[in-house]
Amino acid sequence: MNFENKKQFKYGFKRGLPIAIGYLPVSFTFGLMAVNGGLPVWLAIFISFSNLTSAGQFAGTNLIFAGAGLFEIGLTTFIINIRYMLMSLSLSQKIDPNIGLRNRLIFSFGITDETFSVASMEQGRLSNAYMLGLISAPIAGWSLGTALGALICSALPQSIQSAMGIALYGMFIAIIVPPARKSKPVVIILLLSIVIHCFLRYIPIFSFISSGFRVIIATVFSAGIGAFLYPIEV
Amino acid sequence: MTIERALLAVIIMALVTYIPRALPITLFRREIKSVRIKSFLNYVPYAVLGALTFPDVFESTGNVITALCGAIVAFLLAYFNRSLVIVAVGAILTVFVTGLLF
Repeated sequence: MNFENKKQFKYGFKRGLPIAIGYLPVSFTFGLMAVNGGLPVWLAIFISFSNLTSAGQFAGTNLIFAGAGLFEIGLTTFIINIRYMLMSLSLSQKIDPNIGLRNRLIFSFGITDETFSVASMEQGRLSNAYMLGLISAPIAGWSLGTALGALICSALPQSIQSAMGIALYGMFIAIIVPPARKSKPVVIILLLSIVIHCFLRYIPIFSFISSGFRVIIATVFSAGIGAFLYPIEV
Repeated sequence: MTIERALLAVIIMALVTYIPRALPITLFRREIKSVRIKSFLNYVPYAVLGALTFPDVFESTGNVITALCGAIVAFLLAYFNRSLVIVAVGAILTVFVTGLLF
């Protein structure tokens, strides 16, 4: 690494540190939840290290607990993570065009809602060293928080562990309610999705549809209707 | 689910999370123009989380009443913009306390 690269890496790392700190409590809660649901500590940490995402890995872990099929788990996680394509596309316009394929394959692993937001606010073209610096602390923070949560959960008494069944849903509610407060389309899409999901769940003729696919069908219909009724400039 | 199968599921999850991140930045150079597609992608996370949460949250504690109380507290905390962790901990504590009563 030459001097300029070192400087860029350091700068990126500094920009990533607040993200890493913000990740600690969330990944801590994920670690608690995963071990509470029955996963071994090492697997909980491996999920965070290899997935590095919130909604996608929460949903996937939830489906693992439900004993869903591998295809359903993969498809549901994929649909949730499709939004990264938008961020990746947007960053492709922003990075130094001379960055080679191999480096792009490496740093794109660290694209998250937060690293994307920080990277897109920077002035000028983004270098490879900057991107590597930016993603390192968040990756470490996300895994470390999970490890702490997972280890502490194993030490909690049973009565508290069973109350933690609601933790994951509490997090989901915490993610969806604030944007719903600000946007009517989001409220409509949420309600549509919930209604469709309940229909598929409770009407006997739909009982052949498995849990993961119910979620996928509800998602595609409600987000599709939402995009038709409320197109937005993103 | 066995640990081997869970591990396989996690590896699949990791792949389908990595692919959307890596593909556009390595392959495409132009941006998505369609407002409908952009809007759809923007709404997907909300739709997924809504369907994942309801009605399943009410079955998450093995007792509908404690789960309902937990969900209401989570909603109120989230409505007043408390952080993810506060909302989750608030819901857990509510379930724990109401579990002692009901």
